[in-house]
Amino acid sequence: MRSTIADFTANARKGIADKNLQAALSRLSEGFPMKRLEAISRLPEFKQLCDEAKQIKDHTLANLADYLEAYEEKATAAGAHVHWASDGADARDIILKICQDAGAKTVTKGKSMISEEVAINEHLSANGIEPIETDLGEYIIQLRDEPPSHIIAPAIHLSKEQVAETFRTEHTEFSADRILTEPRAMLDEARTVLRRRFVAADVGITGANMLIAETGSSVIVTNEGNGDLTQTLPNTHIVIASIEKVVPTLEAAATILRVLARSATGQDITVYTTFSTGPARPDDPDGPQNYHVVILDNGRSKMLGGEFHDMLRCIKCAACVNHCPVYKAIGGHAYGWVYSGPMGAVLVPGLRGLAEAHDLPAASTLCGKCQDVCPMGIPLPRMLRDWRTRDFDRGRPTAARFGLKTWAWLARHPRLYRLVTTIGTGVLMIFGGGRFRWLPLAGGWTKTRDLAAPEGGSFVGLWKRGER
Amino acid sequence: MSARTQILASIRSHLAGCASAAPPAHRVPARGRPADVVATFIAEAERAQATVARLSSIAAIPQAVAAYLADHNIPATIRAAPHPVLDTVAWAEQPLLTVTRGRAAEADLNGLSVAVAGVAETGTLVLCSGPGSPTTLNFLPDNHLVVVRSADLVGAYEDALARIGEIYGPGTLPRAVNWVTGPSRTADIEQTLLMGAHGPRRLHILVVDDG
Repeated sequence: MRSTIADFTANARKGIADKNLQAALSRLSEGFPMKRLEAISRLPEFKQLCDEAKQIKDHTLANLADYLEAYEEKATAAGAHVHWASDGADARDIILKICQDAGAKTVTKGKSMISEEVAINEHLSANGIEPIETDLGEYIIQLRDEPPSHIIAPAIHLSKEQVAETFRTEHTEFSADRILTEPRAMLDEARTVLRRRFVAADVGITGANMLIAETGSSVIVTNEGNGDLTQTLPNTHIVIASIEKVVPTLEAAATILRVLARSATGQDITVYTTFSTGPARPDDPDGPQNYHVVILDNGRSKMLGGEFHDMLRCIKCAACVNHCPVYKAIGGHAYGWVYSGPMGAVLVPGLRGLAEAHDLPAASTLCGKCQDVCPMGIPLPRMLRDWRTRDFDRGRPTAARFGLKTWAWLARHPRLYRLVTTIGTGVLMIFGGGRFRWLPLAGGWTKTRDLAAPEGGSFVGLWKRGER
Repeated sequence: MSARTQILASIRSHLAGCASAAPPAHRVPARGRPADVVATFIAEAERAQATVARLSSIAAIPQAVAAYLADHNIPATIRAAPHPVLDTVAWAEQPLLTVTRGRAAEADLNGLSVAVAGVAETGTLVLCSGPGSPTTLNFLPDNHLVVVRSADLVGAYEDALARIGEIYGPGTLPRAVNWVTGPSRTADIEQTLLMGAHGPRRLHILVVDDG
């Protein structure tokens, strides 16, 4: 997945100006958050279950290496091949090798953000193997050669007209004058096209919502059933999962499942929740003959034990994204890579470094809504501030530093501060009488807003004159 | 150093000095303990857009299958799981219904499976892969019909997991355990909710009281 994280400001501007995107974002704010509230209202213990889910993750992370070893042992006993990948390059090599050994020509894929993270599609294509995304949203954006704009609704930024246009361009096997005005017709068309790909695929790649140490199973949740067709029909199934996906037991998985869909789409549970344990058994009538699991670190183990440790509790429900005023203003593509919204703004600097991603933690009003709705109680605003601190320590532009230092010095000298502000206010009153569209030395501030001209001196001045 | 060694070492070194956190006590929410398990299961399954018919006995399955397909103008063919429960029923009573047995293929329009359990808290069917329960039947056909005995309906996910544990042994699962809650759906185009994305367009549950 190519990254345009460094162009955040330009990307955000583009997002704000995009009418299709703005319409899609307003549908988003009416959709998921309302459904989430309804779902929660049907489960009085929701808050307690979230607390327990958080404790499960805290416990698992504190013993992560042990649980990964336990998972590996059980999975291997069930016939799985477990692989370990330190970074994206490792994961790409491992997956390509498995696909080549399987003689694969086409590979179907369930929606997996980890696979986006390691850019597996590009790698397979470059090596003559065709990857086919099968989640409807992922399929649409693959046809359009775009990154996902939302971790659970990858094509949320598109209008149905844009989808229709894409299908007309790409699905040349259908008659050109077919009617493609309603989402139903588009879905049926995609179903027909993808059904052939499901059946023909040599390898299926899925992510995992969880790995279960107790049983050596991988778990995926989907609504479309695409993940299941991906992992049931081909002869080889590859699961790619990051290290923090492991949970101790089936019971723990049940608790997390109770909060996951409710937080994400506002469903009580997704349509399909599938526990996969090893390849087909000798007397199974179907299922893959080979089952591989690739466990990916890619910078996560370094987040353990530090100020971003809690981020690894994330179950990728996207509740923080759905409630973020900044995401809802600029859309997911502005964030420039795989993860967007508050979770992306915290995770991406951890995965790709602050030098590239320093704009993302700055893109927050710190309103705190993300933490309120996070089922895992991840302190996202605190972490955003921590990244900002680190970014400042890294060295921000000299002008900003000088300005802040001057202000700090002035603020520590009240008499001088009052003198300067009195003069400043006076000057502004002479030229003012309304609003300033531009001010010297404050161009960055006035670029996006006007400054109201002062009307009656400073507060301290008024107080002194007895005008209380 | 292998990636495995390196990852595990990195995890352990970064966690050094971190306090261990105890796992929480496990909680089953009240909606997993309904007074009437069967009625709650049916209501929740219907809420998830499944349809439900209640049958008095296994013997009523062929008639119920034929009636469902006829009511929906669906061709009277069905690919039925090679499950022992479906061996005992008299398919010949429905001469217009073509019944074949085994795993599903691309062309199969209708599938019939037998669930290990049904979970009342969300109207979820639990299907376990094995010789009598091909996984392909759950996903390839347009219309998925599933038999579940009312005696196998339970309140919470934990009860279904315990039942699986009884069958396969503790800590052991069949290759695939599929929880199915309603028919396949997507809202990926403009958040418009549509049934029948890649899996079945319809899910019809036959709750059988006897047997």
